[in-house]
Amino acid sequence: MELDLHVDTSHPPYAIIAVRGELDVYSAPRLREALIELVSEGHRQLIADLEAVDFLDSTGLGVLVGGLKRLRSNDGDLALVCTQARVLKVFDITGLTGVFRITSTLEDAMEG
Amino acid sequence: MASTAAGTMSVELSVPSRSEYVAVVRLVVASLAAGTRNLAADRIDDLKLAVSEACTNAIEANRNAGSDAAVIASCWEAPERLEVCIADSGTGFEPAALRAHPQANDPERLNFERGLGIPLIRSLVDDLRFESTPQGTKVWMTMFGGPDSGDQTTEIVRTVVDRD
Repeated sequence: MELDLHVDTSHPPYAIIAVRGELDVYSAPRLREALIELVSEGHRQLIADLEAVDFLDSTGLGVLVGGLKRLRSNDGDLALVCTQARVLKVFDITGLTGVFRITSTLEDAMEG
Repeated sequence: MASTAAGTMSVELSVPSRSEYVAVVRLVVASLAAGTRNLAADRIDDLKLAVSEACTNAIEANRNAGSDAAVIASCWEAPERLEVCIADSGTGFEPAALRAHPQANDPERLNFERGLGIPLIRSLVDDLRFESTPQGTKVWMTMFGGPDSGDQTTEIVRTVVDRD
């Protein structure tokens, strides 16, 4: 299944990247490039909306962790929107639930 | 079909050692598990993720060894369990030497962008074992649960629909 990425910068200071599809070893590099591009454009408050992610593996997680590191080292943050149990479970098992700020809605993520 | 202590092999899949084929392997294994085993949907999701992680590792092992060999996935069915084996032609590894990840509140935790695969697999499947030699690694993942005993859900839905 294809990975769709949609970037919305119409809610400054937030840049929202909506991810749809399967985030695995094949598709995750595209998300990494998109995150790097947003940071290089000067965005520091990123929100990754994972509500339409059907599948997430450790490579996808690694890309999100890499993005978070890059942003925090630039006084920024990467928040996640996710309510799907099968995706949240992956964060839970790997102990990353406490590392990211994970919210149920985009509005909550923007209240920071 | 071959039979061993692990059961009878029902599926064997050989795919090129490239990342775009990981999705094919996880879909085939998940379809088999959903179609023939009495496993709950979330357990099938667990197996799908575990298979994906094992294939990702297998591709990396082949690449590190400079091997263009295929990744071989096989499914072995016994009355009480399904075993999935993912085999590579890498140089092998020492499972006991795997480093544990720091806790989530440890600042070091963010330095672990990689190496999450095996801890994940371990927590997703009922049993995990490795056969690793300098000629390659086989990762065996077991899910307990017998063969599907029939489409009970459909039967219940049909009863409710008929009643109304």
